[in-house]
Amino acid sequence: MSIPVLKFDAVIVGAGGAGLRSAIQLSEAGLKTAVLSKVFPTRSHTVAAQGGVAASLGNSEEDHWTWHMYDTVKGSDWLGDQDAIEFMCKKANEVVVELEHYGMPFDRTDNGKIYQRPFGGHMSNFGEKPVRRSCAAADRTGHAMLHAMYQRNVKANTQFFVEWMALDLIRDEEGHVLGVTAMEMETGQIVIFHARATIFATGGAGRIFYSSTNAFINTGDGLGMAARAGIPLEDMEFWQFHPTGVAGAGVLITEGVRGEGGILRNSSKERFMERYAPNAKDLASRDVVSRAMATEIKEGRGCGVNKDYVLLDITHLDPATIMKRLPGIHEIGLQFAGVDCLKEPLPVVPTCHYQMGGIPTHYSGRVVVPKNGDANTIVPGFYAGGECACASVHGANRLGTNSLLDLLVFGKSAGDSAVEDLKAGKAHRDLPKDVADKTLARIAALDNRKGGANVHETRLAMQRTMQDHAGVFRFGDMLKQGVEKILEVEKAARQLEIKDKSMAWNTARTEALEMENLIEVAKATMISAEARKESRGAHVRDDAPDTAEFPNGRNDKEWLKHTLFSPVDNSISYKPVNMQPLTVEAVALKTRSY
Amino acid sequence: MERQDYERLRWRCIRRALLELDITLTRFLDDGFDQLSDAEQRVFVELADMEDHDLWYLLSGKTECDDPRFAPLVAKIRKS
Repeated sequence: MSIPVLKFDAVIVGAGGAGLRSAIQLSEAGLKTAVLSKVFPTRSHTVAAQGGVAASLGNSEEDHWTWHMYDTVKGSDWLGDQDAIEFMCKKANEVVVELEHYGMPFDRTDNGKIYQRPFGGHMSNFGEKPVRRSCAAADRTGHAMLHAMYQRNVKANTQFFVEWMALDLIRDEEGHVLGVTAMEMETGQIVIFHARATIFATGGAGRIFYSSTNAFINTGDGLGMAARAGIPLEDMEFWQFHPTGVAGAGVLITEGVRGEGGILRNSSKERFMERYAPNAKDLASRDVVSRAMATEIKEGRGCGVNKDYVLLDITHLDPATIMKRLPGIHEIGLQFAGVDCLKEPLPVVPTCHYQMGGIPTHYSGRVVVPKNGDANTIVPGFYAGGECACASVHGANRLGTNSLLDLLVFGKSAGDSAVEDLKAGKAHRDLPKDVADKTLARIAALDNRKGGANVHETRLAMQRTMQDHAGVFRFGDMLKQGVEKILEVEKAARQLEIKDKSMAWNTARTEALEMENLIEVAKATMISAEARKESRGAHVRDDAPDTAEFPNGRNDKEWLKHTLFSPVDNSISYKPVNMQPLTVEAVALKTRSY
Repeated sequence: MERQDYERLRWRCIRRALLELDITLTRFLDDGFDQLSDAEQRVFVELADMEDHDLWYLLSGKTECDDPRFAPLVAKIRKS
């Protein structure tokens, strides 16, 4: 079967913030650049980012990139690589000012500078007091950013392939990456994108969890493709959660609800936070509240048929206060829980928000894997940036507003590195003879299988397993069971069946292909989480509690190292954390407390 | 609506930038879309083409719908 081949200097998969930022570097360098996206670029999930982008511009008060670096290392619970963190924090001002020059409508101070607002965890002078570091464009920062960068790309002649789904990474026998196979959704046609540089900017995979704030599009396609091509995934046990998402929907309920007097209750209507935090109660820190909720659910005191959520009660508050101080919460209750929160409590559950791990990269954006004893061997022709990549700057937990910064800095860095490598003048390497065989076999299997597993049911089984066994607060026994269960779900995910065999706009096929990516991420997460026997950052285990020897349950002697999950044989290996910044002194290990 | 047009519309509704729209539009496609007249379905296609924040503000009632063509449909989606 003859498959059309499209030749480009570079192919970028994903048109969110990281993909668009990479594309600018490549197109403006005069390289022929294709960007593939499942949706129109300005409908990428970057749109949902509202908080802002961190940069120590010091427009409102004194700030310095080394202070930002300190906050980021501390936020990462010392699992972030300090060379990459220095690189990112130092570059922040540059990428934000560039964005301003692209036309990004940042909020302004009276004297015309970029306005900066305070954000949790942003501190001056190495943790001394809060500092205003976040640059925003009203409540549409991500949206405005995408528009500015999309326009810049149009001007630079980037070629967009909209409503195309990349399916598999193309590697030759020597491991060089030569592009991707992809499907045009409008026709179902499979095409080979043959490129000298391939950049993944496919975002996160938050849809592996039952409750997730992530839009449906976040199916970890880049991670799935990388895993199928034998690339390990780094630090996949680390996922950031919010304590209160609407159960069954994932839509975020602001923490301001508890601030205004909202009370968490279990199935007996008990105000359970009184047992976990007698003083702060429902106003305890995010981690404490999430753990208490997870414990109530695990011990059978959850609500509903499956006893898998708790209640957030504001019925005792003055309705006028709710409508004035918590605009939107009433509507969210009605739309996503079918509950009038003025009369009934809202069902809530800790909800996945952000993926810290991903495809292992150097801070130059080049993908790195272990080979012949070197943990960071470059995969020629392969780059990644944004949430799908692990540079690693977020380590075990991400500092607020560093996600937009990550995609700007590492999107640009991946683009720059690809330009540098391409300018070295290497021609397209020959495609392997079996270049699209695996992709075609996957599609054919989906189309021809009878008596296979239902996509919706398999996805639900995966999401339930991840939520119950690898949620915000983890238990050793549950993780062990979770590994067995997710491997069972994987068997079903390898045997998916679709009823619709049509070529054009076959959403059933697309969702099945997404499911094959999600399961790779789910498996990597569960196995990596089970293996890490300490608590660190967002990975918190019941059997690694806070003790004098191991504050917060963190065990630096044994676990100050990155996890590498090998999709080839489901095995785990580790590599050291880079504790050596590029030009400044290291941020020394200490207990993380706020 | 032709099958292809519907499937294209469906993809553009179930893969939005905002989770809120994914849920709301998917629900409406499953439960209310079939009952719309041809003319209403064409208006829905236009509505679904809006920017995510603008559309969500309309569908959540955060902003008033001042377009008389969209208002009845917005009301139907909000009730679905």
